[in-house]
Amino acid sequence: MKSFQSLKYYGLVRELTLTDFKLKYKASFFGYLWSLGKPLMLFGVLLVVFTSFFKVGGSIPNYPVYLLLGIVLWTYFVESTFASLASIVGKGDLIRKVYFPRIILTISASVTALITLLLNLVVVMIFMAFSKVVPSIYSPIMILLLVEFFILTSGVSLLLASLFVRFRDISHIWEVFAQAMFYATPILYPLSLVPEKVGKVLMLSPVAQIIQDSRYVLITTESGTVFNTLSFPVNLIPYSLSFIIFIIGYWTFQREASRFAEEI
Amino acid sequence: MARETDIAIKVENISKLFRIPHEKHTTLKAAALNVFSKKNYSEFQALKDVSFEVKKGEFFGIVGRNGCGKSTLLKIIAGIYFPSAGKVKNDGRISPFLELGVGFNPELTARENIYLNGAILGLTRKEVSQRFDQILDFAELEEFVDMKIKNFSSGMQVRLAFSVAIRAHAEILLIDEVLAVGDANFQEKCINEFAKFKREGRTILFVTHTMDLVEKFCDRALLIEKGQLYKLGKPRNIAYEYNLINALEKEKELAEENRSQESDRDSNRWGDGIARIEMMWMEDAGGHQKNIFDQDRDKKIHIKVRIRFYGEADDPIFGIMIRSSDNYDVFGTNTLWNGMETGRFRSGQEIVVEYALQNHLAKGDYLISPAIAFSDAKRYYDWRDNWYRFSIKSDNISVGFVSQENKISILES
Repeated sequence: MKSFQSLKYYGLVRELTLTDFKLKYKASFFGYLWSLGKPLMLFGVLLVVFTSFFKVGGSIPNYPVYLLLGIVLWTYFVESTFASLASIVGKGDLIRKVYFPRIILTISASVTALITLLLNLVVVMIFMAFSKVVPSIYSPIMILLLVEFFILTSGVSLLLASLFVRFRDISHIWEVFAQAMFYATPILYPLSLVPEKVGKVLMLSPVAQIIQDSRYVLITTESGTVFNTLSFPVNLIPYSLSFIIFIIGYWTFQREASRFAEEI
Repeated sequence: MARETDIAIKVENISKLFRIPHEKHTTLKAAALNVFSKKNYSEFQALKDVSFEVKKGEFFGIVGRNGCGKSTLLKIIAGIYFPSAGKVKNDGRISPFLELGVGFNPELTARENIYLNGAILGLTRKEVSQRFDQILDFAELEEFVDMKIKNFSSGMQVRLAFSVAIRAHAEILLIDEVLAVGDANFQEKCINEFAKFKREGRTILFVTHTMDLVEKFCDRALLIEKGQLYKLGKPRNIAYEYNLINALEKEKELAEENRSQESDRDSNRWGDGIARIEMMWMEDAGGHQKNIFDQDRDKKIHIKVRIRFYGEADDPIFGIMIRSSDNYDVFGTNTLWNGMETGRFRSGQEIVVEYALQNHLAKGDYLISPAIAFSDAKRYYDWRDNWYRFSIKSDNISVGFVSQENKISILES
């Protein structure tokens, strides 16, 4: 019942998102450019390291754009989950004094990150145009992949946000976990670089699946995806995981939400 | 019994139990270590089996002393807390008006904050736009619309918050102690606004300590004491009960304080100790021991001081000094000034000295310093400075230390 009422709170999601977005860049001179600048700078560093020193990108056509897309998607996942993690605890004052469905706070943090992602994707497309990358005919599938990514990220965010109210260790654990996950996801290196068995395990992660699928539909069909590394029905695991994680996150959040006001 | 459709809020057997962790376990390690130890929290029953109904269009007051559970009750009605037992039904949109300016962001301008706060109160962007000028006008802040809130005075912030809050088109308003802020002029405006709500037939739940407002606005009121419904009825009766409970509580506190004084706290005591003041208490004309006297009803105050002698004393002087709570001498008397000879006392003897006074004191708190002096009035056997506390209460306004029966006439010249 309560969750259906959330539809009425669309206006609140928009105001909170707008506020988050405004405040994030308020006192800084370059404003929004920072959220663009950060992944671009990271991209620059990694590009130098991985093409000049380690030369891992050699086998991949258009490796720089390939790398940039991976970093932009990964940045979204990390920023969204970290912003959502504190979305409940950080708004304790509001929660203790006003009633509205608590999920709105976490969702609007996720939406803020999503907007940044969409802006960054525009930049990726400009890079693609410069690099004369021709997207495949599958490129409209990218929209579905973004929907899946939003669902997955929101699921993780809801889980983290609700657990963080009770266990403040979560932020440290998640920091380490995210770092480990960064290396366990084929963002910097092509999947072909790791042993086949390891690659199969890595591709079970929905984040890896989304990044590799995105590269496949937008940049190069030589990107190793779930379909060319895993066999049916195992290759359905990452897709289902996105939705399972969302359901677990949503369920945990709703179960805990009624006590947020007391526990913060 | 009212028909269901006339009921705006129905509270059924609400209880609320808070778990207060003994040590806040907000880390996984602590939680893991405490899986086996059963009870690491204590429980606090904030509300116990409270039921009542508020009719549509009613101005309903909720009163009670600090910590009685009235704010918890309001939070449960607003949906912020979940009750441990019982349920709340409401018919109509509830405004979460609990506190003003919730969600204001100091880094944003007044304009941006109006939209944000409006959204929190459930208004759409369009609705806020329609009300925008009214909001600024009521808050008297037109010139500051593009200024950051952090540069506002607290009074300006409250005015803005109040203006936004009253524009929320809720059928049921929950108001928690909002009138304590703002200058007199703005308070007047707020009160007028409440009167308007009342004429418009909106349902209002109003939590306050100010009995005048309860009597002035409320149709009915509810008194909560220690988490339970103490009394529900006419505002006048509720205000009376509330004042009574407060007086009883204060009496208890004073008695406690005076009792703890008896165990020697000697820092404010001097004298050679041959005669010692052991105890003192106060009584009304009927001989009832108490510490709070009514300005009108208690015409006489009796102060009794028990003294024990530890040596021989010749013609000692017994006296008291009454001071106001801000330490001004209000009244003093002793046996010497009254022309009394007290006689000779021997070691081990115990006496009680009684001081009977006409009650001419004004409303307020007072302190008594009892004393025993040598007959030459130069040295003391015992002086206990500001030792005993009592209060005078009154329903009337009284200024100064003295209450005088008086009559004012206007004569033609």
